[in-house]
Amino acid sequence: MSRLLKIDSLQTYFFSAAGVVKAVDSISFDVNQGETMAIVGESGCGKSVSALSILRLVADPPGRIIGGSIRFQDRDLLKLSDEEIREVRGKDIAMVFQEPMTSLNPVLTIGRQLTETMEQHLDMTRGQAVARAIELLGMVGISDPERRLRQYPHHFSGGMRQRVMIAMALCCEPKLIIADEPTTALDVTVQAQILELMKDLTQRLGVALIIITHNLGIVARYADRVNVMYAGRIIESGTAHDIYHHPHHPYTLALLRSVPRMDQPRRARLDPVQGQPPDLSRLGVGCSFHPRCGFAIARCTTQSPPLERIDGGDHLAACFEADNVARSMTRSS
Amino acid sequence: MTIATELGTKVELTDERKAPSRLSAIGRFARRNPLGAAGGAVIIVMVLVAMFADFIAPYNPVANAFDRMHEPPSLENWLGTDQYGRDVFSRIVYGARTALLVGFASSFVGATFGLVLGVASAYFGGKIDLILQRIIDIFMAFPLIIMALAVIAIFGTGAQNVIIAITIPFIPRCARVVRSSALAIRELPYIDAARANGFSHTRIILRHMVPNVMAPFLIMITAFVGQAILLEASLSYLGLGVQEPTPAWGLMLQGGAEEYAESAPWIAIFPGIAISLAVFGFSLFGDALRDELDPKLRSL
Repeated sequence: MSRLLKIDSLQTYFFSAAGVVKAVDSISFDVNQGETMAIVGESGCGKSVSALSILRLVADPPGRIIGGSIRFQDRDLLKLSDEEIREVRGKDIAMVFQEPMTSLNPVLTIGRQLTETMEQHLDMTRGQAVARAIELLGMVGISDPERRLRQYPHHFSGGMRQRVMIAMALCCEPKLIIADEPTTALDVTVQAQILELMKDLTQRLGVALIIITHNLGIVARYADRVNVMYAGRIIESGTAHDIYHHPHHPYTLALLRSVPRMDQPRRARLDPVQGQPPDLSRLGVGCSFHPRCGFAIARCTTQSPPLERIDGGDHLAACFEADNVARSMTRSS
Repeated sequence: MTIATELGTKVELTDERKAPSRLSAIGRFARRNPLGAAGGAVIIVMVLVAMFADFIAPYNPVANAFDRMHEPPSLENWLGTDQYGRDVFSRIVYGARTALLVGFASSFVGATFGLVLGVASAYFGGKIDLILQRIIDIFMAFPLIIMALAVIAIFGTGAQNVIIAITIPFIPRCARVVRSSALAIRELPYIDAARANGFSHTRIILRHMVPNVMAPFLIMITAFVGQAILLEASLSYLGLGVQEPTPAWGLMLQGGAEEYAESAPWIAIFPGIAISLAVFGFSLFGDALRDELDPKLRSL
């Protein structure tokens, strides 16, 4: 598989009156063609900002990408002109947002919103675009697409709107779709449908997918690779199997224990992650997770652990006590 | 067509439901806002009078008749004649044209410029917003009439210049109101989604944001028309607006009030009533429209 996206030590900071917030602090990861990658973490850990940074959609001011590179098909997205990045947006890289209820413009018909993107990027005539819009709506499982095209977003339920958003994302045959918490605002039963649909379509069309979520349950089923973020950094990275069965970072472990699991006895206790996520404008030296960590040693308060390979493979973790953490996982299960 | 009856009847059904719903919407509006409906009626009458002035007015509004000066209201001249013997009623009827032309043209142009400016200011934010808003502050510091007087002083008198003079002070006022609505819309995800789709700034502003601030825009327009009519009358009264012999209400008021307030009061009273009625109508209708479309804008 060839590499599609390579992010290297990306730094996105927010400059506010209260100080500098390091929302994304030197993260690096790759996405291969057709691969599904997940970014997992609590609210405010920088996962959405990372996603917005890829398309340079971070509002400036107050946010700014101050370092790193984002190579997409051998072009550095950070060095493109405004005109060029606009060509990439929606055409090569599409986005699906969290809030299906407000991600569609209430005063434009569904059809208009679908065709607008295609007319912008693909030089299609209105007729061609409408035909393709009908085809796309059918593909995402909306019945009677001809009639639906003429309706407004308020005629659609949340799940249907997210289907429309997916159709919009797919309309220019992008190489990569970034889905920022695509199912958070939806009903549990609909969540699974939407994720199945995204997985199915991206696999069939060979589109790479970055899913941003705080739900590790999603990760287990749908992602090939997983990056766990905490306080603006990636603290563990590996295949979904690695992360789920052999976590090497105490934060990943804590996240796993806070989610109900089908493979655990029904009466097993859920442990919420203790404490609060840190204030990103006041990060001290040392590991940002140490105040909440049960494995912390003296070194954690003074030194920040680097992201290192485990067992020489693709599994990376940023913890001095990684082996200890892994052992405790095997003990507990 | 070949998919035949089932689809056909469906379409018909929705059509049938839509047509009366628009009528009943007007009915509902009238029941909820009887004052607003009264204002709307005044506006409709005024528009009809202006449109069919040629048929309604019994005399030529600019024809002097020096044998019939200062005639009090009678069966021949319903509202009397002025100092040149011109029929006051005919002049009021034709004056409605001037008033509506100036009122609609200036409020529409002013509000449209303000709309684009306000939305752009909110969309770009940051330094652009800051600078634009400070410029607007400067313009807003002048009362409407002073600003209009300054513009007249630069461009000179005449109907066209009066429209420009009234348009310019309206722009910042509309821009400010629209900006506050647009600021809220700018933060909604569908604007981010539009940016993520690679649309240009112009496209996002005109196609995605402007349609969403139509409610305050329409309210501003109706509120402005009344003000513009009043402003035009004031300018004409001061001799800086529409020039004789064009029939205009403010001009008639000036001609009548200064010299003939006691000897021939009808010359001034009737155009005065016309002005009040028109402004009153537009204000009532604007208020009702605001209540209907956007109750948040009470302070306007």
